[in-house]
Parts: sequence; C-alpha cells; structure tokens
Amino acid sequence: MSHFRSEIHQRAEDLVALYPRPRSAMLPLLHLAQEQDGYLSDEGIAEVAELTGTTPADVRGTASFYDMFHLEPVGKYVVGVCTNIACLLAGGEEFLEHASKKLGCSVGSTSEDGLFTLEETECLADCNIAPVVQVNHRYVRTTTPETFDAMIDELRDGKLDHDVPSHGTLIRVRRSGGLRASRQEVADQRIAAKAARDQRIESEAK
Amino acid sequence: MATLDAPRIVTSRKDFADSFTLARYLDTGGYVALKKALTMFPEAVAAEVDAASLLGRGGAGFPAGRKWSMLRKSPISYLVVNGDESEPATFKDHYLVERDPHQLVEGVIIAAYALQVNQAFIFMRGEFALGLERVQQALNDAYAHGALGSKIFGSDFSLDVVVHPGAGAYICGEETALIEALEGKRGFPRIKPPFFPAVTGLYGEPTVVNNVETMSNLPWIVNNGGAAFAALGGGRSAGTRLFALAGRVKNPGVYEIEMVKNTFRDLIYDPRLGGGIIDDKQIKAFIPGGVSAPWFGPELLDLPLGQDEVAGEGSMLGSGSIVVMDETSCVVRAVWRITKFFSRESCGQCTPCREGSGWIERAMYRLEHGGGRMEDIDLLLDLCDNIAPGLTWPPQQTTICVLGPSIPSSVHSAIQMFRDDFVAHVQHGGCPHE
Repeated sequence: MSHFRSEIHQRAEDLVALYPRPRSAMLPLLHLAQEQDGYLSDEGIAEVAELTGTTPADVRGTASFYDMFHLEPVGKYVVGVCTNIACLLAGGEEFLEHASKKLGCSVGSTSEDGLFTLEETECLADCNIAPVVQVNHRYVRTTTPETFDAMIDELRDGKLDHDVPSHGTLIRVRRSGGLRASRQEVADQRIAAKAARDQRIESEAK
Repeated sequence: MATLDAPRIVTSRKDFADSFTLARYLDTGGYVALKKALTMFPEAVAAEVDAASLLGRGGAGFPAGRKWSMLRKSPISYLVVNGDESEPATFKDHYLVERDPHQLVEGVIIAAYALQVNQAFIFMRGEFALGLERVQQALNDAYAHGALGSKIFGSDFSLDVVVHPGAGAYICGEETALIEALEGKRGFPRIKPPFFPAVTGLYGEPTVVNNVETMSNLPWIVNNGGAAFAALGGGRSAGTRLFALAGRVKNPGVYEIEMVKNTFRDLIYDPRLGGGIIDDKQIKAFIPGGVSAPWFGPELLDLPLGQDEVAGEGSMLGSGSIVVMDETSCVVRAVWRITKFFSRESCGQCTPCREGSGWIERAMYRLEHGGGRMEDIDLLLDLCDNIAPGLTWPPQQTTICVLGPSIPSSVHSAIQMFRDDFVAHVQHGGCPHE
C-alpha cells in the first residue's frame, strides 16, 4: 500500500522514468513527499527510498543536506525573510524582527496556531525588491512592515490561496511532452551522428 | 553617461507582459535560430559560438566555445544547464527563467545540437517555484511545437530536456556539486582532477555544464553570427551582459549593457540605469561581482565592466552582481553577514572551509555585536590566510572547491580599506551605527 496518494504516486513514477538512473529523481520526489505531508514524514521517506532504490537512512541523509526539506512538521505557510547582503542594506534584519513579532514566533519556529513557520533565508535572488520575502517559495514582495502585516492577515483569511499554494515547489509543475523516440532509436541516431562527424573530420583532414 | 546603443540580446522581450509565452516568442523571432542551426553542421554551430568569444556567464568566465571544443574528441553524453543562481545579490537568471523561458529552451536545444547530445537537464534552484513552472511550460510548448522531442522540425536530431529542481544549497551552483545533486546525492563538490565534467560528469560520463545566461545568448549568436557578437564589448569581454545591481542605489535591477564600453560609474549613476545613491549619499564601497569577490572603493568607479579589467585590479566580475554600500552602511556588519552566509553554506568536506568559516563568523559577530578584541582584526587575517594562503588574487586553494577561498575576499578587502571602522567597533564595544 503506497503512502503517496494515487495522484502523487503517479507523478512520482513519471519523474523516476525521466532519468537514466532512478536515484536522480531523489530531490524532485522529496519535494513531492513534502507536498503531500507538509514535511518529510517517516512514511514519505520510506516511499522515496523504495522509488529510488535506496534506503530510508540514505534518503534522510541526503535530504538533511538541503535547506528546503523539513524533517520536522512545519506550519501551513513557511515564511522566509532574507537578510543576506542586499536585504541587509535594506533593513532585512529589522524586517525579520518585525516578522517574528507579527507571527508570534521566533526564527526557526512555528506559530501556536500551526499556521506559520518563520525562517531566515539566504539570498533568494530578487534583490531589487528588498527585503525579499517568500511564502512557500512564492515571492510576495512586501517590503514594508505594513504591507507584510496585511499580507499575513490575508493569508490567514485564505485570500491568497491562489498566489500562495500550499507546500511543494512542484505543486503546479506538470510535464506534458517528452521524447517519444525509443531509447534504441536515440542510440542509433547517436551512432549515425558520430559516424557522420568522424567522416567530416576525416575529410577536413584531407 | 552610459553607452546604451548596443542591441538587447537576452532582454529583447523585456517590455512585453507576456514575454514568457510561446505566442509572443514566435511573434518576436523565436525558434528561427534553431531552424537555421539545424541546417548547419553541428561543428559549424559550435564554431559560431567560439567565434563569438562568449565567456560563461555563471561566475568563472570560462570561454563557452572552448568548454565545448575541448570535448570534440570524445562525444558528450549530457548537457546540464546551471540555473542554481544563489550567489548573494545575483538575480539575473531569475529574470531569464521567469520572463524569457523559451529563449533559454531554444539556447539549450541549439547547444545540444552543436554537441550532438540527446539528453539535457536544466537544474534550477528549488526556490524558483514560478521559474520552474514557466520553464516546464515552455518545454511543454516546445514539444507540442515540434521544437523538442523526436526529429526536431523534421531533422534527424532528437532531444529530451528535463527540468530538475534543487532544494536549497548554495554549493550546488558549483558544477560538480550540481552533478552530485542531479545524481540524487548530497551536494558535495567532487575532488579534482579531473577538473572538468567534460571528462567525468553525470554518471561518470562526459558532460557539459553551462549557465542559464550563457545558453540564452545562443539564439542571437546563431541568428546574427559569432562575429557580430564579438564586435560588441571589448578585449576578451565580448557582447552585452546582464548586471544585477543591488544595495543602496535608487533603481536596483537587472540591466543588459555592453561590456567594457561602460564603467561601474555608468551603471550605478546613469539615470537610465542605477540612478545614483539613495538620498544622494556618498558611495563607500561596492562589490564588483558577487560576495565571493574582493571589494572596491569609489576610486575604481571608472573601471570598465570587463573581465580582465576587473581582474587587473584584484577582483572579479564573477556572477555579474554589483552591490553598492554608502556612507550610512556599516561595513563590519556587511562582512559579518557575508561570512555568516559562507559558514552556513560550507558543505563541510574540507577542514579549512568548514572550521574557518565558522571561526571567522564568530569573530565578526563579536566585532559587530560587542565583545570584539583588537587582536581579532589580525586573527581574522590569519584565519583568511589559512584558507587562502598568501591572500593573493586569484586565491590559492586549500579546499576541494572555490567556496572556501571565497570567504577571505570580503574580510580581507574590507579590513584593508576600512581598518578604522573595525577598530572603532572594538573601541565602542559593538556597532557604533546602532
């Protein structure tokens, strides 16, 4: 019995099929596990291990390297405030302090209602609108305490559900095309292309 | 005044709200270059890129054409595109993946054809949720349009492109760490030699890794010829380049301008570009190429924006990100934050980087927040010297990758330029700006 619900399981299998080796699907699959459970649960990790032909310990050891993966439950909304150099120069530290007061939780923890987790992030590559704030990895572009507060209130009221979907950076990524040639066909093409090239190089040499 | 008469090469669709759609792309000359490339021999396409003298736009500035031609003897198995843009204050690839994904996709197909590979991966940092959606949509559209997949536009060439999300690790911008992540492992940079993935890359097979901006230049180069690209810019720095301008300027943003013909002053002060310093304050210092680069003072504002020109003054144009600090900015706090970043992002494989970054960060924290000692200033220089012996530029390396040797850049240059500020922090028992 799969821990992933059927839609996620199908997407996971499709992802594994994209790569020459199943383990390559590790990071995308972990994003999917997080999309379903909000964090990397033991069951989610076991499922990823099975799909990638690895062990749960191996999956956990890989996941723990990456900042985007949560090994403990987090809030419905993960609010990331950048304080790196460009944001620092725009008051990012003070902004993070404000965010902590507004959300009622310290950096790295979750608000009592379980709705918000606050993180101090490294550069999020949107430095012309600093300080940069992301919620569930969506740029919300609120650079003043007032607009930040209003954004949080709207999130709480469910008014931003369209702009800020729940967890999972791949939640709206769907692949609809793909190479329809068989692997054999591609291999044959490669051999033919190489032969053609060798022939050209040889004739150039002459 | 800045020289702005060069053509827009990678931002030509900047003014269209729907610049990311296939319809707009086709309407503005999209996929014409690919059709042209498919009528050429693959080596001829590579030769155009070589003639363009296109330097890689990721940070190291290695000539893209040479990266390809080194491999001519052994066939390449995979093309991997580096879209893991994480160098602090760099946000140009973010622009390209969200606003012009088809241009990137077309560039990738052209490169794959030139290299004769049938499988490409676009590795994009996981925090680019919208970028991932836009690039996947562009790929879906390209498959439906016949520009990707089996027998592209009726030719004998087939290609599959997979967009692969990262998961939040700066080090994955290092190409061998990126390959490890793409293999589903922790992002640990690989031991060199071999220095180039072209020798041993993805799954141990020859692999070319190129940056998003590098790829995005290819459609224009194929359409207009390598010579037309090489005619722009100057010296070894051909073409235009995207500069991400951030910090204490009136108009921070991504600007495509011709290299060498423009100076840092043009970029920062021209009203059509940076527009000068906020509240017309005095500039104190600027970082010319991402936080891995040593800082410059105002006396170098008239330096041309060129790779060799900046290298000649002991720094680098790096990732094309320029951070401006003014008289109100605390340089000690800025250095502390940069070292905190490196400490957090060190992968932990090599002792000088793992231990050194944390030690430096703690010393910088003391200086900024109180408790700093006068001897900390020389201790910092000594620690830096242990990571990059001699504190030369380019730095000597004691580690597997260049993350470690990048840590001293800001510390060393800031102490050289602003030692008085460091001393003032010790005497004041913390930041005097507070």
